[in-house]
Formats: sequence, structure tokens, C-alpha cells
Amino acid sequence: MGTTTDSTAPPGDSRTASPAPRPEDPTSLKIIPVRHYARWAAAAAVTILTAQFAHGLITNPVWEWQVFADYVLSETIVQAVGVTLQLTAYATVLGFLLGAVLAFMRLSRSPVLQTVAWTYIWIFRSIPMIVQLVFWFNLGALYDRLGVGIPFGPVFWSVDSNTLIGTIGAAIIGLTLHQAAYAAEIVRGGVIAVDHGQLEAAAALGIPRLRQIRRIVLPQAMRAILPTAGNEIVGLLKGTSVVYVMAIGELFYQAQVIYGRNGRVIPLLLVATAWYVVLTSLLTVAQYYVERHYARGANRTPPPTPFQRVRRHLAKGVS
Amino acid sequence: MSAVMVDVRGVHKSFGPLEVLRGVDLQVRAGEVTVILGPSGSGKSTLLRTINHLEKVNQGWISIDGELIGYRRSGRKLHELRERDVLKQRTHIGFVFQNFNLFPHLTVLENLVEAPVSALRRSRKEAVATAERLLERVGLTDKKAVYPRQLSGGQQQRVAIARALALEPKVLLFDEPTSALDPELVGEVLDVIKDLASTGTTMIVVTHEIGFAREVADTVVFMDGGLIVEQGTPTAVLDTPQHERTRAFLSKVL
Repeated sequence: MGTTTDSTAPPGDSRTASPAPRPEDPTSLKIIPVRHYARWAAAAAVTILTAQFAHGLITNPVWEWQVFADYVLSETIVQAVGVTLQLTAYATVLGFLLGAVLAFMRLSRSPVLQTVAWTYIWIFRSIPMIVQLVFWFNLGALYDRLGVGIPFGPVFWSVDSNTLIGTIGAAIIGLTLHQAAYAAEIVRGGVIAVDHGQLEAAAALGIPRLRQIRRIVLPQAMRAILPTAGNEIVGLLKGTSVVYVMAIGELFYQAQVIYGRNGRVIPLLLVATAWYVVLTSLLTVAQYYVERHYARGANRTPPPTPFQRVRRHLAKGVS
Repeated sequence: MSAVMVDVRGVHKSFGPLEVLRGVDLQVRAGEVTVILGPSGSGKSTLLRTINHLEKVNQGWISIDGELIGYRRSGRKLHELRERDVLKQRTHIGFVFQNFNLFPHLTVLENLVEAPVSALRRSRKEAVATAERLLERVGLTDKKAVYPRQLSGGQQQRVAIARALALEPKVLLFDEPTSALDPELVGEVLDVIKDLASTGTTMIVVTHEIGFAREVADTVVFMDGGLIVEQGTPTAVLDTPQHERTRAFLSKVL
């Protein structure tokens, strides 16, 4: 290419060989993006399949959408949703409280506390939840009276265990103890993810120990805890369906009771499904905003809310 | 001559089989600035960390303003203090870390308010007023509402210094305060420390900034191998070092 004199012409331009090359404006060339033919074909195929599925969902008479509509907001079902929410709320709050205690026991310098917490987590992660729930349901057979007194000594006050606990109580205890074992590991994971320098700085400033944990460590640990905790809570919400074995009137149990009576199995499973999807979606939205709250200071600019993101996207599309 | 503020006597410290401090004696008088120099691994940071009991000593003792740090003496015995009492003692000792260690989830103002409110039980109003005064002193009044990660390294370290000052400590300890900074940001942090020195704050500074030591220090201490090799005025130690190891170190860093 000894004849190349016009350095502004792109390589491969045949005009560079001509004797008197004209200078050319490099910004005047039109840029053609790559055409993604395979991507378009895949998108078309997926769209057709999705449309087919949706069509089937609407037109297949087996779904019995009319029955679905009759039951989805019926009093029995709405009450059952309430029970499901109640079980989830209790087990989440109590499970994470107990889990946090267990996590700090495992992180403590006392070998006794460490071992007890480790053993608890080992046992309760090893027992399937359904087995444990049936155990608690039969608590009366195991301990027929519960009381307060001196350890290994006389008992001052006692009560019949079935009176004290009841079916819902047994379910909450079972779910809580199960959840606590998992929550403990999640909380511990979050705490050890916090930079050691943070505790050192807090100690160097003389901040009291409990305050160090509550004000310095936990808010930062939340960043690592929340995504996994969100998973766990969603899992728990659906996991409450297992307590149908205890004949508690939660969502799945009531759906079963109704289709046991009228034989409309598919539409009633659809009712339960729809509610689980709605509740999970609400939790997902809540999780997003809680995570955003704990992201304070973690990034130079806070992440936008979905609303802001959609607005920004639209603004870009228009321009 | 002013009274001894920081008194370090016969301090030994080991990490497992590694003996990091091998009998250190150091006296720092009230209002004086002591700069500790030395190669890495010489034990200077460990010495600083034993002074506020972030590291426990194996032998010897340390006192600040006549009060034994981390221990209570009865007869020939030193009883280790409970964590709560150690935390109380630390409010008299400001510590500035190499990596700042600001609380990233709290705003600059909250970083300064936290310890006075929770450790000294000051009223929030009083703590905020002190914090604002200190931010003005380090030139960051306009940054009080931002989070630490939105600041440059130099600004973060100035906040960390203000945070240490918020407890009105008797002595300030600096552990390589400019080592994590870009070269052009070192000056602004050193200026703040110089300003503190001129107002008579008792300070111990571990650093590699020889120019700063020459300009600000009342005493320069040279450490190597877990011992103080020599100490004296900046001119004495930096210009006419008596010890071979000091000369070897200075020839490398100057």
C-alpha cells in the first residue's frame, strides 16, 4: 500500500489507489448496526408458543374459569388467605428473631453457646418440616403438661399442653423452629460479610457492645441478609401449605376441602395458585423497597425505583 | 516541662510464635506530637493499637493521664477490665485508621454524632452542635448530609479525624493516616493534623511522611524489630541518626 497518502480514508477504501485522493469527512459515513436474524427468529417462535399457551389457558374448558371466578373472592377462601398470612407473619418474625439469637450465639466466644447453636441448626435443618409439624401436633403425647419451676426440681405451675398451644400454636411453633435454623445461617452470613474494620472503629470510639451490633453491624449486614431472607420468606409463605396435614384452615387446605365437596379440582387449585402468586408478588415488591432502604450509602447514587426506571426508559424511547 | 500523658512500660506482644513488640518503653508529654517511623513489620502499628487496647499486651503496661489502660492493678497483679470499662476508657483515646473505617450507612454528620450520644450519653442537640463545629474545622461543612462513599479519600480521612475529635479525647492516635490516599490528597489530611498540633493536642502519629515528621514532630521515634532503636528531636534522629539501622532506613525513604 505504498500509494496510501490520504490517512483519513478508512482502510480498504478503493479510492486510496487513485492518483488524486479527495479529502473526505470521516463523520459523514453511515454506520449500519449488525442485523440479528437468529434473535428475531427466536423471538417470533417464543411469541407464537406463548400465544398458543395463553389461548389454551382461556379456551380449554377444563380450567372452568367461571368456577374460579365464583370462588377466588369467596369468604372461605379470603379467610383462608388470612390464616396463611398469619402463619407466615408469625413464623417470619419469630423465626428471624430466634435465628438472630442463634447466629450471635454461633459467633460468640463461648464454646458452650457456639455448640448449642450449632447443634440446634444441625438438628432442625435435618428434620423435614412436615415431620416436625406432625411432632408438634402430637405434643400432648410427648409432654402432656407444661409448667414452670426449678430445673430438675419441683414445679410451681403447670398447664395442659394441648390447652396452652392449640393447633395453630403448634403450627407456628413448628414453622418458627424450622425457619430459625435457616435464618440463623442467613444472619450469620450477613454479619461475617461486614468489614472487620467497622467493629474496630466502633470499639475504638467506645460505642457500647449492643449498640455496635444494632447500629453499626446489623444495618450493614442487612445488605447481604435481605436477598436470601426474601427467598426464605417466599419459601415460607408457600411452605405454610404443608400445615394442611394438621387440618388448619389455610389456603391450600380450604381449596382441598372445597374440591373434595364439589369435585372441581382444577379451578380450585387455580384459585390457590392465583393467591400464592399475588402474595409472593407483594412480598417481592416489599423486598425491593426494603433492600433499597438498606442500600443507603452503599453506592454513590441510589438505584432508581422501578417507576423511575420505566419513566427514564420511556423518555429515552421518545427522544 | 508538661506531665507525661501517655506512658508505655516494658510492653511485649506476640501473635502466636511471632514476637511483634519486645519490650517497648515510650513517654509522651501532654501537648506534644510524637511521630513513629520504621520499616513495615517493625511493630509500630501494633504499638499504637496496644495503646487503646485494640490489642492486648502479653507483658508490661500502658497508662494514659495516669490511668492504666485495659487493666486494674491490685498489688502485684493486673486484672483485665471488662469490655464495658475498656470501652469507656477508649472514649479518652481518639484513633484514626489507615482505611478511615467510616460507617458507610450513616451520613457524615451521623458518623460524628453516634459515639458522643451512645458512649458519652450527650444530648443529640449538643452532639450535633459539636459535630458541625468540627466539620467546619476540617473544612467539610457542606458535606454533612452526604454518605462517606460519596467523598474522596482525603475528605473521608478528614471526617474520620473529626469523628475521633468529637469525643474530645486526651490523646489522638494516627495509624498511617495518609497511606491509603492518592498522592495529591495527602496534603489536605496532613494540614488538618498540623492544625491540631498547633493547638496543643497530644498526638502519636505512625507515618512514612518524613517531611511531616520534620515539620510537626516534637519527638521522632524510630522502631525496628519490635524495639525502639532511637528517639529524639526531628533534627537529631533525621539528620544525625546515631544508629546504623536508622541510617539504613532513612537512606531508603529519603
